[in-house]
Amino acid sequence: MHPTDFSLRGALDALAEGIISSEELTRAHLDAIGRLNPRINAYVTVMAEQALAAARASDERRRQGIVGPLEGLPLAIKDLFCTDGVPTTAGSRILGNFVPPYESTVTANLLRDGAVFLGKVNMDEFAMGSSNTTSAFGPVENPWSRANDPDARLVPGGSSGGSAAAVAARLALGATATDTGGSIRQPAAFCGIAGIKPTYGRCSRFGIVAFASSLDQAGPVARTVEDCAILLRSMAGFDPKDATSADLPVPDFAAACTRGVKGLRIGVPKEYRLDGMPAEIEALWQQGLEWLRAEGAETVEISLPHTKYALPTYYIVAPAEASSNLARYDGVRFGLRVAEGASDLRDLYERTRAAGFGAEVKRRIMIGTYVLSAGYYDAYYLKAQKVRTLIRRDFDEAWRKVDAIVTPATPSAAFGMDEKQDDPVTMYLNDVFTVTANLAGLPGLAVPAGLDRQGLPLGLQVIGRAFDEETVFAVGAAIERAADFRAVPGLRAGA
Amino acid sequence: MSLDTATVRRIASLARIRLEEEEVGRMQAELNGILGWIEQLQAVPTEGVEPMAGGAPVSSDAGMRMRADEVTDGGMPEKVLANAPDRMGDYFGVPKVVE
Repeated sequence: MHPTDFSLRGALDALAEGIISSEELTRAHLDAIGRLNPRINAYVTVMAEQALAAARASDERRRQGIVGPLEGLPLAIKDLFCTDGVPTTAGSRILGNFVPPYESTVTANLLRDGAVFLGKVNMDEFAMGSSNTTSAFGPVENPWSRANDPDARLVPGGSSGGSAAAVAARLALGATATDTGGSIRQPAAFCGIAGIKPTYGRCSRFGIVAFASSLDQAGPVARTVEDCAILLRSMAGFDPKDATSADLPVPDFAAACTRGVKGLRIGVPKEYRLDGMPAEIEALWQQGLEWLRAEGAETVEISLPHTKYALPTYYIVAPAEASSNLARYDGVRFGLRVAEGASDLRDLYERTRAAGFGAEVKRRIMIGTYVLSAGYYDAYYLKAQKVRTLIRRDFDEAWRKVDAIVTPATPSAAFGMDEKQDDPVTMYLNDVFTVTANLAGLPGLAVPAGLDRQGLPLGLQVIGRAFDEETVFAVGAAIERAADFRAVPGLRAGA
Repeated sequence: MSLDTATVRRIASLARIRLEEEEVGRMQAELNGILGWIEQLQAVPTEGVEPMAGGAPVSSDAGMRMRADEVTDGGMPEKVLANAPDRMGDYFGVPKVVE
């Protein structure tokens, strides 16, 4: 067995038994990155020297009997998390050579628990995108390919495309990611791995480059549901530095994975049955529900009537908050500055932002600026915040009847790098099943459940009550056990 | 509701993004495509509905916490200025603002 094939749980056990050292495990991943990253482009910064030093330090701690919950595990970090002394780009030119002088709370928690960082991974610019094609550092290639068209290069999804591709190709045991409208769950589904966006407030946003502050949440991606549970337990927790961080105890999520689903009521929202959705996705959804019934769950049709308004609501709320958050990139205090030709300070701002932001980010800043401009605030942003309440109420109503909701994770399998690039709204529709959980602040998990007829992975999504990730993990793990998903992508370490 | 080119230029100016003349038409078409699509929200009755952000209503204390107004950090000019594109002593340098 190649060391990169360990699950995160398997690697923890192998390290504990002395079968492998963190240095060996880390070196195997770095070697794999060296071979495959030139093609996949998942990593934008490889921290080879630091990673090996951290791994040796971890092995030394272990010899002394100090063993953290993630002791010695090599992970990838989405380049949206500030890492002390390591460049952080958010996938944008505008951050220039920015090197954070501080560590994000989530990555600090991982380091506290013994993790080793392999490097920073690619993403859509400022996490705005569903294909990882908006990155200033080039697109990421999905390690999977179509059986009948193996030369077509597919997107890994986005915005956490580097995180998902790195984990699927075995270039990391797990990765951090963030999700504002589906940016953990959609790439996880496209790459055949698991990923969870926890409840809003579960993970601190301190030190994560802000996109839409009322929607952004950090979470893990990994190759199994249990691995996600292990990572989330370390990432989560109260942080006084984030005013929206939840002051609640962090449960043992991994323990919840073995609970089973007997007696649980699983909601099936009728509004998620879309016209034109591939029959395979509908079939997989029904199969997933059948698996849960076989394990003793009851499935119940429910209605979430405001679902169709979720994406338009998102495309007011997210750009509005982005236009405000991204106002800080002005070429004065950090990042790119374009001074050439600038006649005055305002001109410096305008030239810096024109050169530093890509097309999708500019579009969203423009939309956000417009909907927040004088005379339009009530008609757009306030209206959208009210519809958000209605979307949340739909879920509140559902929770009277069910304990969790199961839906498809995405309306299609991974698409080609040249597809859906002409019309922004077509790209936005990728998040149709995931965006509701962000708007309502609820946890959502994507779990690989099968392959389409071209051999591409398809995922199911489990949505739960606020701060009830445990039930989400229980249902997700039950689907994972029944699906027994063992397919692997063609592009992977050890292949 | 459709944006004309003057409005597109005004928004770009408010957003402090330099827009070249040849970019205005394409930006206008894309913004109008997106705005036309989000317009469907106007059909949703929201009278008396409270707005929401994050995981909680905007008005509730559950979403946000206040802390004591006291200094908890500071005294690190080197760290603060480490990424400055232009530094003058312990200050950020910018082009001349006042003649």
